[in-house]
Amino acid sequence: MEYILVSDVGSTTTKARLFRKINNEWRYFLSGEAPTTVEAPYENVCMGVQNAVREIEELTGLQILSESEGMITPHSEGHGVDFYCTTSSAGGGLQLLVAGVIKSMTAESAKRAALGAGAIVMDAIAVDDGRPDYKKIERIRNLRPDMILLAGGTDGGTIQLVMQVAELIAASAPKARLGADYALPLVYAGNKSAQPAIKKLVSDEFALSIVDNIRPILEMENTEPARMAIHELFMEHVMSHAPGYSQLMKWANIDILPTPAGEGIAMQLIAKVEKCNVLGVGLGGATTNVYSIFDGRFVRSVSANLGMSYSICNVLKEAGIKNIMRWIPFEADENQIINFMRNKMIRPTTIPQTLRLLLVEHAVARESLRLGLGHHKTIATRLKGAVTEHRMVGDMLNYSLLSTYIDMMKIKIIVGTGGLLSHAPNRAQSMLIMTDAWQPEGVTKVYQDSVFMMPHLGVLSLAYPDAAWNVFNKDCLVRVGTVIAPKGVAVQGEKVADIVIKTQDSTLFEKEVVFGDITVVPLPERTKATATITPVKHFDMDVGEGKTLETTIEGGVVGVMIDTRGRPISLPVDDKERRSTLMRWFNSMSAYPKDMTFVGSS
Amino acid sequence: MVKKEKGKSTEEAYAYTPGLKVKRAVVVRKTRRLPILGEALVKKGDEVDFDTIVARSNIPGEPNIVRIDDMLGVLSEDVPAYMVKKVGDKVEKDEIIAKSSSLFGFMKKNATSPLTGIIESISDSSGQVVIRAPPIPVELKAYVRGTIAEVLPREGVIIETNAAFIQGICGISGERHGKIKVAVGTPDDPLTAGEISSDDKGKILVGGSLVTTDGIEKALQVGAIGVVAGGIEGNCLSRFIGYEMGVAITGEEEVGLTLIITEGFGKMRMSGMTFNLLKEFNGHEAAINGATQIRAGVLRPEIIIPHKLFLSKSEEELSRGMVPGTPVRIIGDPYFGKIGTVSSLPAQLKKVETGSYVRVVDVKLEVGEIVTVPRANVEMIEE
Repeated sequence: MEYILVSDVGSTTTKARLFRKINNEWRYFLSGEAPTTVEAPYENVCMGVQNAVREIEELTGLQILSESEGMITPHSEGHGVDFYCTTSSAGGGLQLLVAGVIKSMTAESAKRAALGAGAIVMDAIAVDDGRPDYKKIERIRNLRPDMILLAGGTDGGTIQLVMQVAELIAASAPKARLGADYALPLVYAGNKSAQPAIKKLVSDEFALSIVDNIRPILEMENTEPARMAIHELFMEHVMSHAPGYSQLMKWANIDILPTPAGEGIAMQLIAKVEKCNVLGVGLGGATTNVYSIFDGRFVRSVSANLGMSYSICNVLKEAGIKNIMRWIPFEADENQIINFMRNKMIRPTTIPQTLRLLLVEHAVARESLRLGLGHHKTIATRLKGAVTEHRMVGDMLNYSLLSTYIDMMKIKIIVGTGGLLSHAPNRAQSMLIMTDAWQPEGVTKVYQDSVFMMPHLGVLSLAYPDAAWNVFNKDCLVRVGTVIAPKGVAVQGEKVADIVIKTQDSTLFEKEVVFGDITVVPLPERTKATATITPVKHFDMDVGEGKTLETTIEGGVVGVMIDTRGRPISLPVDDKERRSTLMRWFNSMSAYPKDMTFVGSS
Repeated sequence: MVKKEKGKSTEEAYAYTPGLKVKRAVVVRKTRRLPILGEALVKKGDEVDFDTIVARSNIPGEPNIVRIDDMLGVLSEDVPAYMVKKVGDKVEKDEIIAKSSSLFGFMKKNATSPLTGIIESISDSSGQVVIRAPPIPVELKAYVRGTIAEVLPREGVIIETNAAFIQGICGISGERHGKIKVAVGTPDDPLTAGEISSDDKGKILVGGSLVTTDGIEKALQVGAIGVVAGGIEGNCLSRFIGYEMGVAITGEEEVGLTLIITEGFGKMRMSGMTFNLLKEFNGHEAAINGATQIRAGVLRPEIIIPHKLFLSKSEEELSRGMVPGTPVRIIGDPYFGKIGTVSSLPAQLKKVETGSYVRVVDVKLEVGEIVTVPRANVEMIEE
């Protein structure tokens, strides 16, 4: 084998990546990109794939596409590739309606299973979701999902409530998004005892698939069978009805995977290899996907309403203009910024040409990431209802939400992918965006997807894990640097810690650091150093307030970012002071040109 | 995005943003499809006007769920035994559909129907009864004046019309029709309350660079059915629709008139071609639709002005790529709104002010200056 081609058919752009075996190891070789052609007037995703691949052909001279048969496989004498696979999120990705009995229990478990399968959850219907039946029916009738996931009840328990939800769905007769000529797939993952009744009720109108209960007992969540069923039905029913996919499925050597599922596999790979807690993000044009692998548990959340182009105005709506403006380092009129965001929404594929607009987009990105993590924390919670004593259903309806287990001090790696982060003109910009938004605590490594190929490597790892990991490690994951952030609050200029950073050969940094600053210590990628951090009282490095942490840190293309802005980061109220503080931080990171004069208008 | 066709030396590239159509005469084909199967009321070759009903169907009524077990205080599995109506029976509002008695007949309970409808299901698993409301008749209008080109059996029709056709960039509210009135002198002039009078009832008002808040309010007050302008301030739009728009999926708003923005948000001079075309058809009857969907099937708002002044034999064509000489509009700062033609399409990536290396296009502006902009920041003008 010499060449592997992988594509991602995104909602806006189709991205083809060519990998090549060089000196007996697989490496990233070239990229080709073209607009996705899922929509009218083209309505055939293969055209976009062909255009992206054609770009690779022109750059390499390698003929990959045959005149009529799609990809030429295997490679021989200047023609073809040995393997082709793809991910897809075109046309809005995989859109699911989930339903359960109790909102905070079975409906939430169903939601987690759907998200873990790479889906967008359009709504979660539950007996106790606060809406009257007619509202739920109206909602189900208006949604046009790709699939429904129905859960509810523990095995052996009463079937009455889960049947209520099932009957509600059946009576609403929802239509499939991709045409009315096929039965809508429905995965039932609820109380085993209700399976015969479910079969009788829905098997005529829906493409029913019955799997093991997602919550066989309250103390256990079993999302894997539902997740696998979703994947199978995605290929069998959904993809085969999307424009051009039946042809694309023939071209691909393995099943097409939803883009977020590919991204999720890649994130899990990092946690597995590095053996630590990882928090990752795929910041896209339409959605913000957040992934966590915490104490071995993988959770994905998708904020389908937060993104950098199609959904940019939802960020404005949710965060508010003030929260966006606080990250903008120049004087700007609120209305101008709102108009810029609205123009980006209606022309989502435009890119910033001026520094001023780049800074506005970066301000929005911070808020999208902040909100995305907030949303993720509502999903990454301990199992609700998992108590040992007997509870009545009535108690469960009022059962209070348990808090998230995501603790930023315990997150050891944060990873960013998606167009804005991967294509930022300077890696320090994305490091700063992620740090400002997520505010890592203690010692945290920051990784980034070099040219947006994490979904590609995720799907490739299913067939060729070694090849995928090699490319992932050497060409995809950019080690941006390490953030050292003592947790605590002080006043500007007050001492926070004594920090010493040493390599085997020399002392790189030995200084008392003060509150409110950022200091960058250059330490190249794949280089290690020892850091001794002695915080003052009221500051913590995860070993107790005022206690010394001695640890090994890794370098990166930016280096070691000593962030003594405290947690949570706060910006001055005075506007002039705020802008000058931002500029000071930007300059400390060398993130943007130091002599920024903001040419152009907003 | 550079695409070289075999045997051709010309360079062609796609613009990421599809061009907006501004056409003086084109054959527009409108597919009018019922939401569910029904019947077409016209035949091939029939002439139809804007309001002609072309198809009809009945949408199944809303299902209503009645908890019989709760109402009678019985177990769900016993519900079928207490029903006095069976599946398929028609029931009137407040009619008894189930009853129980206990304590030797002293305690009687009745469950009544909350609506007139048909019993669709009786469940012994959940104790629920589903009563379906009567079907809702739906009539589909032609929307445009033209000829029935095709009847889609049980689904609807395709109407063909020779028309001037203009696409906007973003709109609000759905289909309407009325006479065009260009209310301003130049494409630079904003449409304010001052340009609108009570004579404008039922009209589609055309402004230049902007429609102001008082302009929209006055248009609503006099009963205009549409407003077309180059731009609108973001906060003005929010006031008009009553909420902050989060994603550009519109068309269902019930706001009294249809709004179409041709250029973008903020004060934006309407493109000369669009303005002049609307001026040429001042006083003509037009169909407008503000429905916009940027994601999952690009749908732009439209103005269709059926006419027979000069005929086009062609239907709408798929856009070709950009080549030197293609007219384009720049849609990103610092040249937002400027019109020009493609001068060249350099293959190499170029560094822009942000520091990014991107694919660019050199555009010769109307004033003769050549500027370099990212390819993603132009859209083709399709005349």
